[in-house]
Amino acid sequence: MEKDEGSPSLYRIRFHGRGGQGMKTASRILGSALFQEGFQVQDAPRYGAERRGAPIFAYVRASRDPINERGIIHAPDLVIVADETLLSIPAAGVLHGVAAATVLLVNSGENVESLQARLNVAGRLIAFAAEKEGLHDLRYVGAACAGAAARLIGVISRSSLEVAIRDELAHLGDAIIKNNLQLALGFYDLMAPHVGVVTPGRGISALDYRNPEWVDFPFEEARLSVPAVFAPGTSARLKTGLWRTERPVLDPDLCKRCSLCATYCPENAITLDRQGYPNIDYDHCKGCLLCVEQCPAHAMRTVPEHDTAGGRKGEEHS
Amino acid sequence: MKRILLTGNNAAAWGARLAGVEYVPAFPITPQTEIIETLAYWIDSGEIDCRMTTLESEHSMITAAGAAAATGVRVFTATSSQGLLYGMEMLYTVAGWRAPFVMVNVSRGLSSPITLEPDHNDILAARDSGFLQIHCATCQEVLDGILLAYRLAEHEKVRLPVLVNMDGFYLSFTREPVEIPDAAAVRRFLSGYDAENIRFRAGAPLSEAVAVLGGTLYSYFRYEMHLAALNGLKAFGEIAADFAAIFGREYRDVEGYRTDDAELVFVMIGSFATKAKEAVDRLRDAGIPAGLVRPILLRPFPRERIRNMLAGKKGVAVIDQNLSLGMGGILHAEISSALYGVAGSQPIVAGFIGGLGGRDISAEEFYQMANETLQAVEEGHAPPPRLLFAREELAEVRRMQQIAGVTRNAGESHE
Repeated sequence: MEKDEGSPSLYRIRFHGRGGQGMKTASRILGSALFQEGFQVQDAPRYGAERRGAPIFAYVRASRDPINERGIIHAPDLVIVADETLLSIPAAGVLHGVAAATVLLVNSGENVESLQARLNVAGRLIAFAAEKEGLHDLRYVGAACAGAAARLIGVISRSSLEVAIRDELAHLGDAIIKNNLQLALGFYDLMAPHVGVVTPGRGISALDYRNPEWVDFPFEEARLSVPAVFAPGTSARLKTGLWRTERPVLDPDLCKRCSLCATYCPENAITLDRQGYPNIDYDHCKGCLLCVEQCPAHAMRTVPEHDTAGGRKGEEHS
Repeated sequence: MKRILLTGNNAAAWGARLAGVEYVPAFPITPQTEIIETLAYWIDSGEIDCRMTTLESEHSMITAAGAAAATGVRVFTATSSQGLLYGMEMLYTVAGWRAPFVMVNVSRGLSSPITLEPDHNDILAARDSGFLQIHCATCQEVLDGILLAYRLAEHEKVRLPVLVNMDGFYLSFTREPVEIPDAAAVRRFLSGYDAENIRFRAGAPLSEAVAVLGGTLYSYFRYEMHLAALNGLKAFGEIAADFAAIFGREYRDVEGYRTDDAELVFVMIGSFATKAKEAVDRLRDAGIPAGLVRPILLRPFPRERIRNMLAGKKGVAVIDQNLSLGMGGILHAEISSALYGVAGSQPIVAGFIGGLGGRDISAEEFYQMANETLQAVEEGHAPPPRLLFAREELAEVRRMQQIAGVTRNAGESHE
């Protein structure tokens, strides 16, 4: 049979999280589960900075027909956000291509109306507070998201999800598989009220499409077009602190003012005040926690970001 | 046979494993490293009987690959981008040894500026080296391409090394369903490597790659390599027929997709060509008879096949994911040369540069390329070459330049 014009047969799904939260694994679990259901599948992670805590995304395409589309998904049918702090980072691209038909699934305790207003999205938004629903270890947030996504798509059986998890995590051993299974299936069940809300999109018609608006490419002298950074201190403008999932916090009572933390900080994010006490620049501290490792007096503590006052929900990216 | 989800990199490792490779000289580079890691894991766990040596550079790695192949063992290696360039001297050199092996290149744009994402300037820099080139569009083709490549490389009328190319990220890190053939079936397709008389052994020394002055001998040896490379066209046809008989998947040196009645044909290589297929389907839905011509074999160059496939078409849109600085698209020049001098009316050949450094090519851009090419057909002359680059991208460049402290003089465009 000839393919219908713009036949809605291709699911396009994107997972957003931070390096270390298992987004690649989540996409693979979902991809594998769809493959179990007899779909053609394509799944891939896209790394920016290959660093724990940095924003990453992964995507899945699934169709009953061979998939010819490739690369980043520009018109998603489902976007899963494992870490809500990404919503305030435009560079993370969480909302890229999100339209009225897109379902947005956000790991957040915030109520849906407030999230919808804050993000200015018209389509269906489903919020789930993973920690309230039994996610005790952030390392498993990927499995939780994959389980929830599988139910929203509505074409994946519980047993296919289970097979996918066993396949994808086989190298990690039984204990880890068990934890992931329990969480993924739990979040699969949790999404029962929303089963099948995700529908495959139509793709772009060749009859009615937005002109790509190519430019007549200008020549510019080498003094302009050399790939060089002339301005000093540009890295100060990037708030790499937004990559952080945990932060070091100083207990001044224990600090011996040895300055080892400042010496070892790879980002020069720790300076010493006049008395010799360290001062942490949280705008640029990436949360590597080398200072915590190095401090001989154990004066640096590790505090999860969401336990700090207000988290970073309201922070804006400049 | 089993069918599972595999990345392009894993599919490459499976191809090497099934080919029964005996020696893998290695040097890491993104986005290729996963291939070597996978093989290393299998060697370590005893799943394959193979020797791996880590070298201190790609220059040494390619030397080791050629030298090992000259001792009569089956050799596999892989690299990417700067690595391929660093080994460039030895690419030309080992090809002249006529000791065949297979190397995978995972395409990645070249410095400067530096990137990790794909285009084809790396693999096309090796275009004239004597290595034959197979360009893959899917993860399945990566696995199959390696098996085909060994047969091609070791063919008695060829005996040249072969590069199998895949795009970084778009294939290397992307999983797709891949059929992994049974080892027994592969052995029916690809038996052990026979080095014939070109076999270096300590007990029977020979002089390899001798010095020749005056040009006569040099010309003889080099032109023999050229003829051997051209023999690859016929050999590939025979080998692909064997492959289809055993595995049921058909490959030709040039893939044609809906070309028979097409008036407008895209020409491109690599994984982005599947995007072109999608565009062809949608354009046909919209009443535009489009098609795709995709060379799988680029060296040797299937000139006659391409000529025949493009004969009688109105417009051809060649999409180059490479840029010969000061010239333009490399594929555009090669396709144009294939069409030149043929009797009868020739299609308008439009040239587009796109996908440099991993820059995506959208569905809308395929439609627009089709429409602009058809417009040129109406007007009767080829349009000037075009870089796929949107107004908003130029604005983004300007924003980044401002942050980088690029100073524009009064009156210089900021637009």
